[in-house]
Formats: sequence, C-alpha cells, structure tokens
Amino acid sequence: MSLLTTNYLTPTGREEAWRFTPLKRLGGLHDGTAKVGDRQSLSYKSSASGVKFERISRELATSPVETDDVVMQRVREGAHNVATLTIAANTEVAETITLSRSAQGLDSAEFSRVRIELGAHARATVIMENTGDAFLAEDVEFVLAPGSNLTFVSLQEWNTGSTHLAKHHAIVDRDASFKSITVTVGGSLVRLLPSVEFIGQGASCELLGVYFATEGQFFEHRMFVDHKVPNAKSRVNYKGALAGQGAHTVWIGDVFIRAAAEGTDTYELNRNLLLSDGARADSVPNLEIETGEIVGAGHASTTGRFDDEQLFYLMSRGIELSDARRLVVRGFFNEIVTEIGDAVIQDRLMDRIDNELAKAGS
Amino acid sequence: MSTLEIRGLQVSVNTDAGAVEILKGVDLTIKSGETHAIMGPNGSGKSTLAYSIAGHPKYSITGGTVTLDGVDLLEMTVDERAKAGLFLAMQYPVEVPGVSVSNFLRTAVTALRGEAPKLRTWTGEVKDAMEALKMDPAFATRNVNEGFSGGEKKRHEIMQLELLKPKIAILDETDSGLDVDALRIVSEGVVRAKEANNLGVLLITHYTRILRYIKPDFVHVFANGKIVEEGGAELAEKLEANGYAEYVGS
Repeated sequence: MSLLTTNYLTPTGREEAWRFTPLKRLGGLHDGTAKVGDRQSLSYKSSASGVKFERISRELATSPVETDDVVMQRVREGAHNVATLTIAANTEVAETITLSRSAQGLDSAEFSRVRIELGAHARATVIMENTGDAFLAEDVEFVLAPGSNLTFVSLQEWNTGSTHLAKHHAIVDRDASFKSITVTVGGSLVRLLPSVEFIGQGASCELLGVYFATEGQFFEHRMFVDHKVPNAKSRVNYKGALAGQGAHTVWIGDVFIRAAAEGTDTYELNRNLLLSDGARADSVPNLEIETGEIVGAGHASTTGRFDDEQLFYLMSRGIELSDARRLVVRGFFNEIVTEIGDAVIQDRLMDRIDNELAKAGS
Repeated sequence: MSTLEIRGLQVSVNTDAGAVEILKGVDLTIKSGETHAIMGPNGSGKSTLAYSIAGHPKYSITGGTVTLDGVDLLEMTVDERAKAGLFLAMQYPVEVPGVSVSNFLRTAVTALRGEAPKLRTWTGEVKDAMEALKMDPAFATRNVNEGFSGGEKKRHEIMQLELLKPKIAILDETDSGLDVDALRIVSEGVVRAKEANNLGVLLITHYTRILRYIKPDFVHVFANGKIVEEGGAELAEKLEANGYAEYVGS
C-alpha cells in the first residue's frame, strides 16, 4: 500500500485538460482518495534476442520528462518500479512483442509505470493488450533513439466497469519514427493522453486510433504533438463511433509548432459516426503555430450520421439494413484497423465492433 | 416470364418549400426480354421514376401502384425489392469507404441467393464478369466506387447486373459520361445480361447514342412527370432529329 504525501493540485473540472472528463467517475484517482493496491498486472511475452524486460526500482528510474498531469504525478510517486522494455541498438525484432494486462479487480487502484526504449536504429512492434477488470492509472513512456522505429498498438478491451487513465508519452529523436494505433472499445471510463515530443530533425509520428462507445461509456483521447525541432512530420487520424444513451467520446488534438520548428509537416483528422440519439462526440483540433516557415499544417474534424445514400446503394443490391449498417461501420474503421497488421487481432476487433453495433439495436 | 407493371404512379419529393409533385401518373409495363427506352429532357422526372421504383427514401409515393409479377413492390423495403428481382444501375453510384468490391459483391450475392456462393465458382464468375467488361483484376480489391473514374463506376454497375441476375433492370443514364469505347463495352454487358437471363430493361437516357448498341423495342417520351408519346425505335430517330422542344411546355 502506497502512502502519498505530496499535496497536488486537485482538478476541479474547470481546467482545460479536465473540462470534458466526469471527475466523479474517476474513483478518486484525481484527488488522491483512491485506495491504491500493490498489483503488477503487466506481463511480458517475447523470446526474441536483443529484447530485455525488467522491473527497475523507482529510485533508479528517473523519468526523462516532467509531467503536468496530476494523476501521472501520483503514479510516479506511488509506483514502486518501472516495467522497462529495452530493444538494443541495431536490433530488428521481427516478431511482435506482447505486453498484456488481464483480470485485475476493481477494489483498489493499480499505479503502473512502463517504459519502452529503442536503441539507435532498432525496430520493433509492441502490442499492449488490456483485458479484464481495471482500475488503473498508467504512465507509459517511449524513448526512441536516432533512426529507430516503433509501432505501438494499445488495445483497450476492458470489461464493463473498468476505469483506465493513461499517458503515452513518446520522445522521438532524429530520423526516428513512432507509430501508435490505439483501440478503445471496452471499459466504463477510459482517458488516454498520447503525446509526442520531437527532439531531433527528421523525426516523425503517426497517431492512429479507433473507438466505439456505447451506452454510458466515456472515452477520451487527448493528444499533444510538440514540434520543437525543424523538419519533423506528424499525422493524426482517429475515428470513432457512438451509439446509445450517454455514450460520450472526446477527441482533442493539440499540435504546437514552436518557432524553431521550421519545415514542420502536420495534419490531424478526427471523424465520428453517431449511430443513435442520446450520444455525444466532442472533437476539438487545436493548432498553435509560432513559425510560418512550414511545409504544411492542417486539421479536419467531422461528426455525422449514417449516410442514407450509402445504405440505399447497398440495400438496392439486396443487402438488409442491419447488414448494410454493419458494412458501412466496418468500412469506416477498416482503414485504421488494418494498420495493426495482425489478422487475428483485426478479426477479433471487427467482431467486437459488430457486437457493439448489434447491441446498440441497429 | 416476369412483368413489371407501373400504373398511375404519382410521386412527390419533400423540399424546404413543401412537397413538390414530380411524377404525375405514369403507366408502363415491362416484360422479360423487352427493352424500353425512356427519353426526355433534363428535369422531366426520369430519374425520379427509377429511384422511386427502387424505393429511395427521399421520394413519397402519393398515388398509383408498382407490381412485379403481381406482387406490390411499394410495400417492400429496398432490399426486398432487389430480392424480388429488381435492379437499378445508378447514374451516380455511391462511394462506400473501406468496403472492397469483392466483399460487397459477395455480401450482395449471398443476400440475393439466400446462401453464400461456393467460393471457387464465385471467384470464377467474378473473374469472367470483370474480364468481359475489360476491368483490371485489381479492381476487386478497391473500395466500392471510391476514386473510380466515371467509366469505372458504370462498368462496376453493369458487372453487378451480370453477376446478380435480376429479372428487371432499370438503367439510369448509364451512358452519361462514357466515351465511345466504354459505351460499347458497357452496352455489350447489358446485351449479354439480356440474352443470358431474358432480362427486361428500362433504359433511361437523354441521348440516342446508347440505342445504337442496345436496340429498344419501345420508346417512351417523358416530359413534365409523365409519358407524353410512345412508339418503336423509329421514335428515337425522330427525337434525334427534332429534340424535345415539341414536348416541353406542352
């Protein structure tokens, strides 16, 4: 059991970063009243050489960056160690490395710290599979040395009732590429903060995500891409569907192009499909630009319902309404889900999406 | 032998300014093996006829009947009409992002036949249909109508006509936007479907050029929401020479 001593500023809900989040449903993770257990639910599976997984005690694992998020500050103080995955320089890991969490329990919270470090010119794909009952606050850091390449897939397939707050912060050095695919389809409340910080020229990131919220679910994806060096490239594409009373999703895309970041190329996109009444999608792209010497900067956000013309076209070929809707929704998510590159996981997610849609009473 | 029978069909569309009547009593009978051309000026209601028979939600039927072999089509949902044997080749086929042509076709044929087709024979059928329309095999992996050229969209419509084997097909300005070669390829597809399945065709067009490839048995002139003159193939030649002027404003 951890005892937290520091007096953090508890969010009130009026702060920009918290204005959409239902604080009452955080189980006290934001104000320090949550009971924190000693679980370590993360397990590791890989036999590849050049890959090392170890738990480094808190005292020896200094974080490369400060965090301004109060929950993450508590996690850093409360977690005893940092689960660290290291891929050695010049190692190309062909097989996917799996980190999984399952069946944790809701009686007390887990504070977890994870760090994934790639040496220079290393290349790997890491999948984090989250299933079971979670009451979790998680600080995940990625450190990408020059020329390295990481694809990170995080799957939130939590059981009903789960609460999951996490920050995914990537520090991307010269000519390194970070690609993340975030899938959120389960849990009561999920709030993920993917962020990227470019520290060397020629760095790039691609942040992709899909989410599907049904009755009563709250899913927030709030990203921040910090262009602080020249000639970096970022792409963001999140797609969500919502169905059912009280389904609520939030997508925030903050991109900051600092004065030094000449030659920046950035584009972010969020699309939402509202499948029923009573659901709410918030979508806020934010672009702050301190230099005009850039390649491109743009964003787009759309929220819409089923397209009658698409459904008519499919049905005019004999396809029933429910099947036509299923095709359209699968098609909507297909672009991003296929990026995962694992047929078993893709099929499982598509089946789950079908089920969510069926549950929503199409 | 099938018969599509349209009697006194009246259709209106809802606009901001209220309901506007577009079809003002259309009578038409199409039997298997027959080709009927409907010709008329823009805005005469030709496409409304096509879409209201297929069941597009935008249109309200305010009077009349449409039956296929005596069964009321107007009571059916859009997919039920297709299952009854109706097909509409659209003037502007709709993009369906993320859904491949092969997945779309397999889903449609499964719905129409009531069971999934045998994979091997089906793959062969699709391949043959694509070859006959001179389509690149890579076409099957593309998303439905997404990024298709005008000609590709029309070939894709006629490929579905050949694969889905309806009893009656309505072709809504299938010739528009096609160059001479594409027009010939697409027309040959319609003729093949006619010969293979004794298809009845309702061909909606603005121009006579497609009628050189698909010979009509009957020509109907459409103006102001109804049929104003009927005849054989010779009527199309008269329209080619004189235009629609005598029918408009009458």
